[in-house]
Amino acid sequence: MDRHANTPLMWGILAAVVAFLYVPISVLMALSFNDSGLPTVWRGISLRWYGALWHNADILSAAGNTLIVALISTAIATVLGTLLALGVEQRRRRGRALEALIFAPMIIPDIVLAIALLSFFSLTGVTMGLHTIIMAHVVFNLAFVCAVVRARLKSFDWSIVEASSDLGASGFTTLRRVVLPVLMPAVISGALLAFTLSVDEFIIAFFTAGAGRASTTLPMQIFAMIRFGVTPEINALAALVMAVSLIALTLAQRLNRGGVTAP
Amino acid sequence: MKAPLLSLRGLSKRFGRVAAVCDVTLDIAGNEFFALLGASGSGKTTLLRMLAGFEMPDAGQILLDGQDIASLAPNRRPVNLMFQSYALFPHMSVRTNIAYGLEMERRPRAEIAERVAEMLAVIQLDGLADGRPDQLSGGQRQRVALARALIKRPRVLLLDEPLGALDKKLRTAMQLELKRLQHEVGITFIVVTHDQDEALVMADRIAIMKEGRLLQCGTPHEVYEHPVDRFAADFIGVMNFIEAGRGRSLAIRPERIRLFPETADTITEGRVIARAYHGLDLQLHVQTALSPRPLRVRVTSDAADRRPVAEGDSVTLGWNLADTRMFTDQEETP
Amino acid sequence: MRQARSLVLMAPALIWLFALMVVPCALVLALAFFRRGLYGGVEYTLTLENLALVFDPLYAGIFLHSVRIAGLAALIAVGIGYAAAYAIAAMPRRYQPALLFIVVLPFWSNYLIRTYAWIVLLNREGLITQGLRLLGYQGEAPSLLYTEGAVITGLVYNYLPFVILATYAPLARLNPEIAEASRDLGASGWTTFRRITLPLTLPGMVAGGIFVFVLSIGNFITPALLGGGQFQMIGNLVYAQFLTANDWPFGAALSMVLIALMTGLLMLQTLASNRARGGATAEPRDG
Repeated sequence: MDRHANTPLMWGILAAVVAFLYVPISVLMALSFNDSGLPTVWRGISLRWYGALWHNADILSAAGNTLIVALISTAIATVLGTLLALGVEQRRRRGRALEALIFAPMIIPDIVLAIALLSFFSLTGVTMGLHTIIMAHVVFNLAFVCAVVRARLKSFDWSIVEASSDLGASGFTTLRRVVLPVLMPAVISGALLAFTLSVDEFIIAFFTAGAGRASTTLPMQIFAMIRFGVTPEINALAALVMAVSLIALTLAQRLNRGGVTAP
Repeated sequence: MKAPLLSLRGLSKRFGRVAAVCDVTLDIAGNEFFALLGASGSGKTTLLRMLAGFEMPDAGQILLDGQDIASLAPNRRPVNLMFQSYALFPHMSVRTNIAYGLEMERRPRAEIAERVAEMLAVIQLDGLADGRPDQLSGGQRQRVALARALIKRPRVLLLDEPLGALDKKLRTAMQLELKRLQHEVGITFIVVTHDQDEALVMADRIAIMKEGRLLQCGTPHEVYEHPVDRFAADFIGVMNFIEAGRGRSLAIRPERIRLFPETADTITEGRVIARAYHGLDLQLHVQTALSPRPLRVRVTSDAADRRPVAEGDSVTLGWNLADTRMFTDQEETP
Repeated sequence: MRQARSLVLMAPALIWLFALMVVPCALVLALAFFRRGLYGGVEYTLTLENLALVFDPLYAGIFLHSVRIAGLAALIAVGIGYAAAYAIAAMPRRYQPALLFIVVLPFWSNYLIRTYAWIVLLNREGLITQGLRLLGYQGEAPSLLYTEGAVITGLVYNYLPFVILATYAPLARLNPEIAEASRDLGASGWTTFRRITLPLTLPGMVAGGIFVFVLSIGNFITPALLGGGQFQMIGNLVYAQFLTANDWPFGAALSMVLIALMTGLLMLQTLASNRARGGATAEPRDG
C-alpha cells in the first residue's frame, strides 16, 4: 500500500461510501419514530408504530416462528459444525471433495438450495412446515459454524491434547476439559453468526415453509408487507430487526477477534 | 576537507510525542562510504527516509551541493534508496525491474536496453534477466535491488540494512563486495545498519545514533579506540567495565588485557571460568575481585599455544593505563 | 485410530449435508431431464426439451438481460468498492480494522430491509424527490423506482461490502516499500498506482467483481422489489416456474444453466486468486 496517499482525498472517498451505505438504513430508522407514519410528513417523535407492532398478531406469530427456527437450527448446527471442524482439522490429508462439500453450503446460491429442497421435500412426500425450514437452515448454519471453529483450530496447539492424554485423560475427558474450553469463544461466536443468518434468511424459508400461514417467518412477513401494501409498522419492524442483528454481530466480533467477518 | 556533497543542518523529526530524530548536523563528502549505526529506535532509519524524501523533516535542511532538497518529492531527488525488504516489483521481470527507473526518466529505448545489459553484467545476473524476483535467491534479489537503484546514477545511494536479510557467510562476502562496488561506481553510499561489525568493515566513517541524536562521528578507528562515552564504548565492539568509584568506570578492550604479563601498570589475579575458541583467537572469561562480572580477555591462538590455559586455572592479568579509558556511569536506557 | 476418530466426529454433519444438500441438488439436475406433467407435476420420460427451451429467444433474452444488469452492478460495485478499500488501506494501521467493520456492518442487517430502504428513498414522492423539491425542483416527480437503475443500485448497495473485503486484503498485504521504491525511482503517484499497485491488486478486484456478478444474476428479491416485476431476471423466472407456473422441469433446467454459469465464473476466480498467490500477475507492457 502507498503510505503517502492523499489523505484528504482518502477521507473524502470513505465519507462518501459510508454515507451511501448508512443513509438508506438511517432514514428507515428515523422514519420508524415518525408519528405521522408517512415518509414524507414529519410529525414528531413517537413510539406508536412500535406499539402497533406489539398488537399485530401476524407479526408476533412470525417473530415467534423465526425465534423457534433460529434457536433450534443454531443449536443443531453448533453441535454438528463444531464436531465437523474437529474431525476435519484432525485429518492429515483432506481431499478436495471433502473441502468442497463443507464449503458448498456457504457459496451455493440461496435460490438453488431453495428449489432443490422444495423439489426434494415434495417428491419424497414430506409435509413442509417449520421443521423443514429448520432442517434447511442447519445445512448452511453448520458450514458457517464449522468455518469459524476451523479458523480458531488453525492456531490451536495440538500438543495440549497430547499433554492431556499423557497426564492420563481419556479422549472424551480431553475433549471436555481441554479442547472445548479453548474453543468456546469460537463456538459461541459461530453460534451467534448462525443465529443471525437464520433470523435473516428469507429465500430458503420461503420455499420450504409449505402452504398456509402457520409457518411464516419474520422475513417472509416483511416480504409480504413490502410487496402488498406498505404500512408504517414495517419501519419499526425493520429498525428492530436491524438492531437485533447488529447487536448479535458486534457480540460475535468481540468474542472472536480475527475470525470470519465475511459471510 | 573539500566542500561536502551532502550537508545535514539541524534535522529534526517527531512522530507524535516521540522525537525520532533530534537536531542532527552532519557533513558527508563525495565518494564516501558512510555508515549510520544504531540500535532499533535510534532514529537512523527515519534519518535515511528523510534523505530519500519519504519523511518530511520538522526542522532543518538537507543540502545537496548547497541546494536544499528537504521539500522535494522522492521522485524528484537525485538520491536513491535500496530498501530493507528490497521492494522488488513482484509482477515484473528482473530486467523490467532494473529498467523501471530509466523508463521514468523517459530515456530512449536503446539507451535503456544498453544500460540494463551493462548493469546485468555488473551484478552477474545476465542469465536470469527474464526471471521474476520470486525465483531468485536472497543474494540475487539483493543484487537486483542494488542494480535497480544504481542504474539511475544517483548522487547518493542510501542503503537500509542492505545485508540484513542474508545469512552470515553471504553477509561477510557481500560487505567487501559492496565496498568494491562503491569504489568502482564512485557514488556516495550511506548505509543504515545495527550491526557494528558491518559498519567497522565497510565504512570510511561511522555515525553512532542514540535516541534520535548523533552521539559520535568518525573513522572506524576513532570510534573504536576513542568512544565518547560509556554507551558508545559498549555499543562498538566488546568492552570490559570495572567500577572505579564515584560513579565512574574504567573501560578496557579484551585484546588490551594481557595474560601473564611481565610488566604492566595494573596486575590482578583471577580464575578462568569459561573458555571459547573462535579460530583465530581464544576468548576467556576470567573472574577477578575487581568486578562482579567476569572480565573478557582475548588471546591470540599463538599466545594460547605458548602457554595453554584451561577452565578453572588461576591466571595473572595485566594492562597498561594508556589502554584504558574512564567513563562516567550513565543510567541504563532501555 | 486418528482417522477413525475423525470420521466419527464428521459423520453427523456429513450425513446431514449429504441428505439435505447433495441429494436434493442431484434431484434438481435430474428433474431438468424429465417432461412436465399435464397439470404441473413431473412425468418421468426423459427429454432435452427443457434445456432447449432455455435457449429459446424469449428466455435467452431474459438471460442476456440478467447478464447485463448483473455485469453493470459488478462493474459499479468494483469501482466504488476498490476506491473504498484503497482509502481504508491508506489510513493508519490502527484505524483499519474499525473502518473495515464500519463498512461491512450494514451488510449484516436484513437483505429485505436494506432493499426496502431504497423503496423509501426512490418512491415517486419518496425522500429523493422531497430533497429535489427542497432544492427548488418544480416539475413532475421523477420515476426512480421500478427502473433498471433502481435494480442496479439495490444490487450494488447490497453487495458492496463483499467487494471492499475482497479488494482490501490484497491492498493491505502489499508491502508499502514497493510503492515507495517506485516513487524513489522517479515515478509519480499516478504512475506508481497504474504500474505497481493496480496490477498487483487486480486479482482481488476480479474476485470481488465475479462475486457480485454471481450473486446478482441469481437474485430474485431485488428485481421483484425494486424492479416491480417489470424486469424479469433469471432468478424471478426460476421462482415463477416453481411457485406459480408449476413447470418444475423447466425451472430445474434454468437453474442448471445458472449453476453452470456460476461454477464457471467461480472457477475463473479461483484461478485468478491462485495466480495472485504465486505473486505473478499480468505484466504491464514494458515501457
